[in-house]
Amino acid sequence: MQPLMIPEVGHYALVIALLMAMVQAVMPLAGVATRRPLWMAYARPMAAGQLLFVLIAYVCLTASYLLDDFSVANVANNSNSLLPWYYKASAVWGNHEGSVLLWSLMLAGWGYFAARFSSELPRDVVARVIGVMGLVSVGFLLFILITSNPFERLLPNIPSDGADLNPLLQDVGLIIHPPMLYMGYVGFSVVFAFAIAALLGGRLDAAWARWARPWTNLAWAFLTVGIALGSWWAYYELGWGGWWFWDPVENASLLPWLSGTALIHSLAVTEKRGSFKSWTLLLAITTFSLSLLGTFLVRSGVLTSVHAFANDPSRGLFILVLLGITVGLSLLVFALRAPRVSHQVGFNWLSRDALLLINNIMLVIITVTVLMGTVYPLILDAMDLGKISVGPPYFNALFVPLTLIMCLFMGLGPVARWKQTDTRLLVRRLWVAAVGALVLGMLLPLIFAEHWNVRVAIGLIAALWIVLPMLRDLFDKTRHAASFGAGLKKLSLAYWGMQLGHLGVAVTIVGVAVVSNYSIERNVRMGPGDSAQVAGYTFTMMELVERRGPNFLADRAVIEVQRGDSQRRFTMTPEKRLYIARGMPMTQVALRPGLFRDLYVAMGEDLGEGNWAMRVQYKPFVRWLWLGALLMATGGVLAVADKRYRRMATARDPERVASDTNQREATA
Amino acid sequence: MTPKRKQKLFVILGLVSLAAIAVGLTLYALRANINLFFSPVQIAAGDAPFERSIRAGGVVKEGSVARNPDSLDVEFTVTDYVDDLEVHFSGILPDLFREGQGVVVVGELQQDGWLKADEVLARHDENYMPPEVAQALEEAGYSPADYQAKAAEVGKRLESEQRPDDALQRDN
Repeated sequence: MQPLMIPEVGHYALVIALLMAMVQAVMPLAGVATRRPLWMAYARPMAAGQLLFVLIAYVCLTASYLLDDFSVANVANNSNSLLPWYYKASAVWGNHEGSVLLWSLMLAGWGYFAARFSSELPRDVVARVIGVMGLVSVGFLLFILITSNPFERLLPNIPSDGADLNPLLQDVGLIIHPPMLYMGYVGFSVVFAFAIAALLGGRLDAAWARWARPWTNLAWAFLTVGIALGSWWAYYELGWGGWWFWDPVENASLLPWLSGTALIHSLAVTEKRGSFKSWTLLLAITTFSLSLLGTFLVRSGVLTSVHAFANDPSRGLFILVLLGITVGLSLLVFALRAPRVSHQVGFNWLSRDALLLINNIMLVIITVTVLMGTVYPLILDAMDLGKISVGPPYFNALFVPLTLIMCLFMGLGPVARWKQTDTRLLVRRLWVAAVGALVLGMLLPLIFAEHWNVRVAIGLIAALWIVLPMLRDLFDKTRHAASFGAGLKKLSLAYWGMQLGHLGVAVTIVGVAVVSNYSIERNVRMGPGDSAQVAGYTFTMMELVERRGPNFLADRAVIEVQRGDSQRRFTMTPEKRLYIARGMPMTQVALRPGLFRDLYVAMGEDLGEGNWAMRVQYKPFVRWLWLGALLMATGGVLAVADKRYRRMATARDPERVASDTNQREATA
Repeated sequence: MTPKRKQKLFVILGLVSLAAIAVGLTLYALRANINLFFSPVQIAAGDAPFERSIRAGGVVKEGSVARNPDSLDVEFTVTDYVDDLEVHFSGILPDLFREGQGVVVVGELQQDGWLKADEVLARHDENYMPPEVAQALEEAGYSPADYQAKAAEVGKRLESEQRPDDALQRDN
């Protein structure tokens, strides 16, 4: 095979994948409707085949990038022969067409694994789940083939070199951020498919929740890491030192995360108590719809940012129609079938059920407020009512107080019991934690900084109020064991997952509170020999040098940093780069990371005569933001590893499952 | 009331009051934090409010950027090729800020007609003119395509003047 044919092979593979996805969507669902096991059996092989062919297409595109085949428009517009190979490979998803292909690849991947690890599920459930995933695949593969073909050729005028990858995207964070985020977005399609399957089958029990939970947790964990990576990237790459801008694109990823968080909690209630069923289904539909909305916002070009590659209105329209069909159909199914699965279970107003209900309501309110702030300007614009923008103050004014109210209940939740909790018992267990959180929260800011700040105090109180009751619970749970260690061993992985997840939230809250209020930023004019003082550190510019990188030229400042009067010094080297192919300047920040503080130096602009405007920042506890997110994600993964899910996976007795199914069908 | 109904009542009351609080907060926050966009044409016509945070945009006028040599204060003119707007800013301008390029500034309009900017946003755009500005021109009765073409022409010329020496200087 000639290497020049690679794009055609990829394109062809994509068409085959679409056909397989169509079979995967139609046959199993029709098989369930007409009770034909043979048709249902199409589900698994088609899911595998679809993955194989999308993978071939993806590999072909990557090969075109690595081989610098600039006859492919996509490669010519987004790559350059000077790029290092790893940026060539990641440039595949640094543009619209490639990123949608990655989306489809992951969708096919999730579909395959859902089919692969579902052998203990009744046949009809598998058929429905895989069928629904096939439907979603059909939508996205059609989207690629009709509006965003990545294999389009530039013939006969082949450019001699590519236009280069946007320098902002030439970064390690950007190699892993999009795949993680997409894994999260797309991962929610599995629980969505489970929800639709449950609605279609009219059957939703504890077993269903047990099947759906690991998938949801995994997707959520990926999304958490993806969002954290995006925030981290913005922090060091954009040169401003900001870590969250309430940019519509960031909100687009936060929205499914918020409703996904509500979903994993609601699923817990559905599994343990058999209640909240319709609510769980609605959240599953909402979460995936918000993932699609996020894709629409980012990919349609209605927003302008580094993420908005496409400005082709037909693409936006296609995703909008896809979104409309998905939301419309699934809500229709919900409206028609939800009454069948709902089930009343009573609980007291002070119980874990009720607290989780409050958690869900709060998360949904937060989701709605963020959604309003994000789409309100778009709707006004679409209706020609003026161009407005909703700034960070709006989001901060709503997000922060709502989160704090939620924290109040978060402290109680893990300690409370299902169905009913004795108020006196709860008070007796938690008053120490409450007093401790209040006192420590008020005092800690005093130790850390010169001036006491009420916002930091509130943030710390909230974080401590999450952590201290958890410690108390840990103590109570291990008290009766032979030894502390033995007690700890008895606790389930799911329990540890929950604890870790909540700890992550607390850690992130501490990070947000401290870095938002105790950061110090100074913009200074500096030439060689000048120095500036920030937060007890002395920054001295030693010299300015010029440097040549693989595909850029850079001005580099060598800055020596000294803390107080100590003799320990270190150097930091921020750069201002000019990427040659695009003529695009970019700031390369110098960072000195630490668990309790980051030092951050960025070169602003050349003021002439060897002077530069420099941005020097002191960022306390900024790492805690992302550390917290990592803890949350770890918690989510840990919960998936819990014994009860593994037991399920090993119980692969086909005969039993088959008889189970027959029995159910007989009773249905 | 049966306990079950009582419980339902509690849940519904709680839901309604929470929703009311949320809606109230949202509306309040939205009203206080919306930044309207104005182009120099609209500001010259007196459409924009004074001393309230607004967004304004246009193209950075050729030869208008003046830096104070001792501080980080900078003044420049934003134009839509019909009217001009003087902007004062203190701080570091973004990487893509250049004469002949489109910018959006966020800040407060002063009584004597200049804008005190808190934030300057620049983005490379093939049209060189932010789309909002083109739309404002159209609404004011001008033909935006002409001005966009003009902006693109100036922008391209400035860029081609800047780029080669920039790269050459560094190469040496």
